[in-house]
Amino acid sequence: MGTVPGMVVVGGGECGARAAFALREAGWNGPLTLVGAEAVPPYERPPLSKSMMTGPHASAPATICDAEMLRNGGIDFIAGTTATDIDRDNHEVVLAHGRRIAYRRLLVATGATARPLPIPGAAADGVRYLRSHSDALALRDRLRPGARIGVIGGGFIGLELAASATLRGCAVTVVELAPRLMSRGTTPQIAAVVAARHERAGVDVRCGTGVARLERRDGATLLGLTTGETLLCDTVVAGIGAVPETALAHKAGLAVDNGVRVDTRLTTSDPDVFAAGDCCSWPHPLYGGRRIRLESWRNARDQGGAAARNMLGADEPFATVPWFWSDQYDLTLHIAGLPDAATTEVVRRRHDGVEIRFGLGPDGRLLTASAIGTESAAARDIRLAELLIARRATPHPTTLADPTVSLKALLRQEPH
Amino acid sequence: MSEWIAACAVDDIDPEDVIPFRHDGVDYAVYRSPQGEFFATAGHCTHERMPLCDGLVMDNTIECPKHNGRFDYTTGKAAGAPVLVDLRTFPVKIEDGTVHIGIG
Repeated sequence: MGTVPGMVVVGGGECGARAAFALREAGWNGPLTLVGAEAVPPYERPPLSKSMMTGPHASAPATICDAEMLRNGGIDFIAGTTATDIDRDNHEVVLAHGRRIAYRRLLVATGATARPLPIPGAAADGVRYLRSHSDALALRDRLRPGARIGVIGGGFIGLELAASATLRGCAVTVVELAPRLMSRGTTPQIAAVVAARHERAGVDVRCGTGVARLERRDGATLLGLTTGETLLCDTVVAGIGAVPETALAHKAGLAVDNGVRVDTRLTTSDPDVFAAGDCCSWPHPLYGGRRIRLESWRNARDQGGAAARNMLGADEPFATVPWFWSDQYDLTLHIAGLPDAATTEVVRRRHDGVEIRFGLGPDGRLLTASAIGTESAAARDIRLAELLIARRATPHPTTLADPTVSLKALLRQEPH
Repeated sequence: MSEWIAACAVDDIDPEDVIPFRHDGVDYAVYRSPQGEFFATAGHCTHERMPLCDGLVMDNTIECPKHNGRFDYTTGKAAGAPVLVDLRTFPVKIEDGTVHIGIG
């Protein structure tokens, strides 16, 4: 095509969209292409398991940027197209229909896909997953009052769906293999609050239970549980985690290690190729360089922005504190930092009943904080904890536990 | 012409903080800056309508509790994605230790 090689972003989700706009914000005024696998402009995924399920009508996706914003940003958005190869020698991305786009720097923001249920026949038996807006519409249609919904996996997606289905009047059973809910992401105390809330809403929560087999029976699905029991469901949805979408990077010979392997600058093993969001793993500077991969809205946005600036030479290490939220019924759970990094727990019991759970490392550093409360009741304290974690603060456990000492006051004592 | 409504006492808000105020079914957020000046804005974020009174005030910025969208609460100016629409602001006056906001 003879055009000047520009910046190319593969992946039209939260991360890719943010990166494209951040490239412009950081001053890039050359060609800029955003390639999205879905046929629609980038949209927000958090509502898919929540308001998209519980709202009065099936609704269009919550658009991050519409065609006009993309046009105004000078972003050439190629929708409904996947990238099939990266020709690194020639600095070109190859798209599914054969078109080649020259790049100066490339960002891989291909996200993650739902982990398929590893049970023979699961695919054929119509197990549903939730990842895209079209998945959400199809699932929503099945959440009719009285419908028997089997949710496989008691993680965030499964539990948000269980809450939404319950609010729609469905009879919901959650089957979780681990001994408790959300075992990867939260503390046992918060998991217990969430389990109690689901049970109060009428959800049948079965932990320590796996699914051994699946079969169709009279238009429904029979789940054979590892406990020997069976469960008849009108709809089965699996939320057992996500798999990073690394096929493109792998085919191009880039290093892959639980995601596309990048360094703290989000650079892959090729200095002109970057990766960000759910698809990548990187060594987190705040956690001793431990290699992690996150699947969260905030991380997707923040890494997209940082990768964009680094593509333009900013040399900015990505050390943002992991931060996550989940809405279930009237409860919102907030987590900052990595819960499994902490060795000591300190609990702050606020006068309004909200408990903030802090986790400290062996050196006394604050590494994580989490809380659950009605709507955004815990948000501010978790945000302040996040800022303390970012500054590598070592607050005294007694002070941390004292609800009369504001976290903002602790933050003011920290050097910048 | 504004209608002035008594929202709270001056001492109800700590410096560099925000409290909610509801009048006639409408939510407002009332701020006290680190310098001790008072401001008022609409009570909900322009992105997904989260209550701003649960957010964090740092200097002249209010940050949405859910998605970290930031506004300058002294002007209502949105700081950028994810917040793209400015926040409505309301005039404030202090009389006899009471914060009044001008609505309408």
